[in-house]
Amino acid sequence: MPNAISTSGLTKSFGSTRALDGLDLSVKVGEVHGFLGPNGSGKTTTIRVLLGLLRADSGDVELLGKDPWRDAVELHRRLAYVPGDVSLWSNLTGGEVIDLFGRLRGDFNRRRRDELLERFQLDPTKKTGSYSKGNRQKVALVAALASDAELLLLDEPTSGLDPLMEAVFQDCIREVKAQKRTVLLSSHILAEVEALCDRLSIVRLGRTVETGTLDELRHLTRTSITAETVEPAQGLADLEGIHDLEIDGAHVRFEVDTDHLDPAVRRLAEFGVRSLVSHPPSLEELFLRHYGDELAQEPERVDRERDTTPLPRR
Amino acid sequence: MTSLTGTVALTRFILRRDRVRILIWIVALVALAALTTVGIEGLFPTQAALDQTAAATAHNAAMIAFNGAPQGLNSVGGQVAFQFGAGGMVLLALMSIFMMGRLTRGEEEAGRLEVVRSLPVGIHANTLAAALTVAAMNLIVGGLTAAVLIAQGLPVAGSVTFGVSFILVGLVFGGVALLMAQVTDNTRVVYGGAGVVLGAAYVLRAIGDIGDGTLSWFSPIGVAQKARPYADERWWPLLPLVAVAVILFVAATALTVRRDLGAGLVAARPGPPSAAPWLGHPLGLALRLQQGALLGWGAGILVIGAAYGWIGPTVDTFIGQNKALAEMLAGGGGGSLTDMYFASSFRLIALIATGFAIQSAMRVRSEETAMRADLILATPVSRWRFAASHLAVACAGSVILLAVAGLAAGLTYGLAGGGMQSVPSLFVAALVYAPAMWIMVGLAIALDGLVPRMVGVSWAILVACVVEGFLGAVLGLPHWISDLSPFERVPQLPAASLTLLPLVVMSAVAAGLTLVGLTGLRRRDIGRI
Repeated sequence: MPNAISTSGLTKSFGSTRALDGLDLSVKVGEVHGFLGPNGSGKTTTIRVLLGLLRADSGDVELLGKDPWRDAVELHRRLAYVPGDVSLWSNLTGGEVIDLFGRLRGDFNRRRRDELLERFQLDPTKKTGSYSKGNRQKVALVAALASDAELLLLDEPTSGLDPLMEAVFQDCIREVKAQKRTVLLSSHILAEVEALCDRLSIVRLGRTVETGTLDELRHLTRTSITAETVEPAQGLADLEGIHDLEIDGAHVRFEVDTDHLDPAVRRLAEFGVRSLVSHPPSLEELFLRHYGDELAQEPERVDRERDTTPLPRR
Repeated sequence: MTSLTGTVALTRFILRRDRVRILIWIVALVALAALTTVGIEGLFPTQAALDQTAAATAHNAAMIAFNGAPQGLNSVGGQVAFQFGAGGMVLLALMSIFMMGRLTRGEEEAGRLEVVRSLPVGIHANTLAAALTVAAMNLIVGGLTAAVLIAQGLPVAGSVTFGVSFILVGLVFGGVALLMAQVTDNTRVVYGGAGVVLGAAYVLRAIGDIGDGTLSWFSPIGVAQKARPYADERWWPLLPLVAVAVILFVAATALTVRRDLGAGLVAARPGPPSAAPWLGHPLGLALRLQQGALLGWGAGILVIGAAYGWIGPTVDTFIGQNKALAEMLAGGGGGSLTDMYFASSFRLIALIATGFAIQSAMRVRSEETAMRADLILATPVSRWRFAASHLAVACAGSVILLAVAGLAAGLTYGLAGGGMQSVPSLFVAALVYAPAMWIMVGLAIALDGLVPRMVGVSWAILVACVVEGFLGAVLGLPHWISDLSPFERVPQLPAASLTLLPLVVMSAVAAGLTLVGLTGLRRRDIGRI
């Protein structure tokens, strides 16, 4: 399967701030790819490089087989973009703005536009100056989803939507996915990523730290186990990959690196298992633990990076 | 007085935020007053020279229309008040309008006032803090100007009257801007509305001063000049200005409590649910975004052009039968006094209209910093097309404004008795300024493309051109500096004959600057850099 997006070793600095520090990203055609990372980690900068608004200092970047800086206009016929902070012309109505974007892109589908306005419950006669953040976001979403673009670049597109609209958004993205179109979804709403994304990349300080399917990433982290045994469990602490072990008589709780799950369960079985509950890590735990671990293990490195690379502006 | 809680803290916050802007306004205005005084002392070294120019100016309708009624012109003080009075008051009014607009409606429109008002801060605190800041700036500029004039050896009473008239005109227009900020929810409309009031004030004064002086009483600038600095000062005309400033401020605060935060008094109406057919390409969008500004500026330019055309026939009758004086005033350039008058009028109008041209060209940058350019550039619209659409409006709008001014001046000149045969020549005399305005557009986009942070310098360049145009001779600027202003290179029609070469060269320079700007824009990053 060819890549819709591939970057390698992407760097970008703003003055002394290093926003991207060797970022690698590959998004396959037809997949919904989650793009995760804390604030200021370089997600928006990456998307703006992909749009050809910023020129990377070094590294390779290819979008739909072309150079986003040089072939911007040509590429933009094939993609649609929704920014996280949608700023519009306050004296134009939402309907006017949606039509404008549709005509500029050149593949305007009036029927789908009206249907999306209905689904997102957006009043197209209101001036955008009177819209809330969520409604401004809906304008950009309707404009993007009404197009036939083969690639959608969505930068925290739902940060202002209410839960009902979030559900509508997820339905829309599933439809896009069913049409084999590609989506890059930067998001902080982990449930949304978990629900929609085939694969995801986690960035930190301008660098990709993890990439893969959710299952693959889960293997990198821990499963939490709560069990009741016939006899008090012993010797668990000697095993590799066991953390936060708590034994209270017959009750035992611990977390185990997913790679070391098998020996831990075998050891438990020696003491007679009465009940056992195992929780796979949620994306949130995965996300937090990833950073928590790095912060805990490498405080010096992190501090040093913080000193030299203040968080970039969005 | 809980409605004023937090005023002191907010005032200090404003001073901290805008300290550079405040300092530049104060230093520039006071320096200009000082330089004008020194220039006039050099221009008229003897009493005989002063007497001669005083006698000539009393018959010069053009100078009266630009500067004010002739009073006390046989003294250095009187000349300073004549040459710098009306212009200085306009600059102070602009300072007050821009500061008041950005500190009140600007903060509100940006949503920052909402955060401030969520703190234990009174409903009128920000308004009062802004008013205090603007008042203090006017007091400092007026006070320092008076001090500088006194230090130059001018009479104390006249200098103080002059300084106080500056302060009061500044306060009145600060009040106008504050009132506008309550009526509309758009900061640009605040600037535009207050600017129209300022233009009307200047024009009313011009017509009044040419006539019997009655109309001047309806203009804050005209009223301030009735205090006659350096010419038997009288204080009482300043009192109505104080009253007007207070009434405007009280009215604005009364309106504040009648509206919601973020809203104007005029509620936003629903608009069309879908876009008109022409709103489907960058040029259509640029036109739609700038049509309000173009209409506003067009109305203002129409009024000014009509007023100056109306005054036109008076210029000759003022001078009467004194042929020698007429030739001297015409500067021996061959043109008649009326022609010289129209040449100066169109230069003034072109300089004013350049305000639109720069505002319009800077739209390229303001769309970018507001992150709206991202949305357009993420569609198949190239950076060239995006920028060129706004520049096209700037350049075509310049021509439209000049055409409006030329036609209005020609028609009213004809109606007032000057004869309709002048309409075509006055139309052309206005249009020749187009290439000079295009150069200013080119400068703005060149700055945008190469050093986007410095795009605001375009305004400073325009101010420099205005100062050069009106005070260049008084300031004794060397020729090589005067010649830097594109407005100096324009053939002074109808006084001079039409020469195409300078217009062609200027158009080429404008095109070159635009090309540099667009190329720079294509090579740099887009965003708040």
